[in-house]
Amino acid sequence: MPWSWLARSRGWRANFDTERSKSNAALLLMMAPGLVVLFVFAYLPMFGIIIAFKDFRAYQGVLGSRWVGLQNFYYLFGTDDARRIVVNTLGMNALFIAAVLVAALGIALLLREVQSSNRWFAKFYQSTLFFPYLFSYVIINYFVFALLDTSNGLVNHTITALGGQPVSWYQSPHYWPVILTLITVWKNAGFWSIVYLAGMIAINPEYYEAATLDGASKWRQIWRITLPLLKPLIIINILLSIGRIFYADFGLFYQVTRNAPELYPATDVIDTYVYRTLTAIGDVGMASAAGTFQAVVGFMLVLFSNWFVRRTERQSAIF
Amino acid sequence: MQSSSPAGVLRAATITPQGSIGSGPFSLGRLAIHACLLGLSVLFLLPLILLVSASLSSEGDISRYGFSLVPRTPTLAAYQYVLQDPGLMLTAYAVTITVTLIGTFAGVLIMAMLAYPLSRPDFSWRGPLAFIVFFTLLFSGGLVPLYILVTHYLQIQDTLWSLILPYLVMPWYVFLLRAYFSALPRELIDAAKVDGAGEWRIFFQVVVPLSRPGLATVALFCALTYWNDWYLALLFINNPALVPLQYLLYQISTNIETLQSSSQAFGVQIPALSAQMAIAVLAIGPITLAFLAVQRHFISGITLGGVKGD
Repeated sequence: MPWSWLARSRGWRANFDTERSKSNAALLLMMAPGLVVLFVFAYLPMFGIIIAFKDFRAYQGVLGSRWVGLQNFYYLFGTDDARRIVVNTLGMNALFIAAVLVAALGIALLLREVQSSNRWFAKFYQSTLFFPYLFSYVIINYFVFALLDTSNGLVNHTITALGGQPVSWYQSPHYWPVILTLITVWKNAGFWSIVYLAGMIAINPEYYEAATLDGASKWRQIWRITLPLLKPLIIINILLSIGRIFYADFGLFYQVTRNAPELYPATDVIDTYVYRTLTAIGDVGMASAAGTFQAVVGFMLVLFSNWFVRRTERQSAIF
Repeated sequence: MQSSSPAGVLRAATITPQGSIGSGPFSLGRLAIHACLLGLSVLFLLPLILLVSASLSSEGDISRYGFSLVPRTPTLAAYQYVLQDPGLMLTAYAVTITVTLIGTFAGVLIMAMLAYPLSRPDFSWRGPLAFIVFFTLLFSGGLVPLYILVTHYLQIQDTLWSLILPYLVMPWYVFLLRAYFSALPRELIDAAKVDGAGEWRIFFQVVVPLSRPGLATVALFCALTYWNDWYLALLFINNPALVPLQYLLYQISTNIETLQSSSQAFGVQIPALSAQMAIAVLAIGPITLAFLAVQRHFISGITLGGVKGD
């Protein structure tokens, strides 16, 4: 094991270095449990993407199953599903990124105005708006059901009280891009507004003093000072999100839609498709082809977005 | 609020350093902002109010008037129904609490032990090992290999391990902790070394006690992840004795019959809708109380994570 090799590779140096190699060994040992967990639960599954190129049979195992080249991918892209899940994943995530950004920035701007003058209120708003972040999508499904259930939901009862026709929400896919966007904003805007507010508080107050003396209005200060100075943070967050745009929030699309097949045209995304194909249909080949496609394209998007950050804001690049 | 008027110039002399609107804490502009934020807060709490109200409504009211924000005839019938046979609920609570406690404690310990060496500039393998941890953020094998690994090779499905191990090391938190450890004064570690302390001793007796706020933040987010998890149970758990709380709620939402355990007489009318909501309220109760107790740490934790550190 590495210990002897470790001692030898460092041992040729002065005595001082024996001390250091002892230190190195101890630190390496300290990392061992975590590295083992990562090896088993992150790296072994990475090698598992070869399943996508095999005709996987459980009794033959991953290594023993027959290679079939790109066959699983041909099948996957031969279906209409492939286009649908890619379009839905990208489209919905793009909606979410834009909506959460605008909402979080808006809330942060409002919070900043009351932050210095009325701490107690600011804390109260902050906590309340952050609160939905704590709920799992299972719980959120209950909330949404109480609102949207066709016969008992609050929304339909309000609509009929106002003289309108009730809507079968869980059978009408075209409403769901809006519904899921609202839920995502509700769950995440509070979290991100705290991040942006921290960024705003870090801005040197002298800029605002000077602008006020020059007679700049509040709006002008927001557009000319706050937002430009926040730009690096905003860009990083957008690019991080773009790096994840190929991954959908499984809980949102699986739980909150109650996995209703009528909604699939709008809400079936790569992650729900992989899950369903694997567990309900049991088609390991197709599921792993979709999963591998997601992993590879997702990886390229991360590299691309980081490359882009390096070009624009070098010090903000993630790697 | 235009500041180009003479009044605006006058006001400029008394403006607060942050350049906020108006001068008093409750000027007109501020009041409008307070109104916006208050309205938004109420709107954000609305689903929660609806849930609690539904759990306190009678079944008849719900089927007649739907779920409403205020119960027409408040009743505890749904809670009585749920609590008269709390077996399922208690089992689920026990599973969730066990998983959350073990997962959070082991996770934070293992992640801290992973992060600390990466924060030490004199550690020889710092670069490559940091990359090994970091790479798992960029690329993952996805669901299918994980599923096959757990069920086919490790064969830990239907055990508590399958609910704990996959979330044990979360690379984001490792980097958050590394940033935290990096900010500790180096002199303390060097002084401990001069005193002859080994690396383990330094870690447990110097680094860990100094890093309590950072560790607490990570523990909070880990606990939230475990407490809220239903995904691993959806994938790996069939044994009813190992169903965690969130997964039980999921089962109830897809099939209310789950509630009716064998010990109850069949044919008894289940207050299905209000009972579902009552169970949901019982499930979010603890996390709501916990949040109220530690919200400050949560919010400072987010800011800590938002600041990129190295």
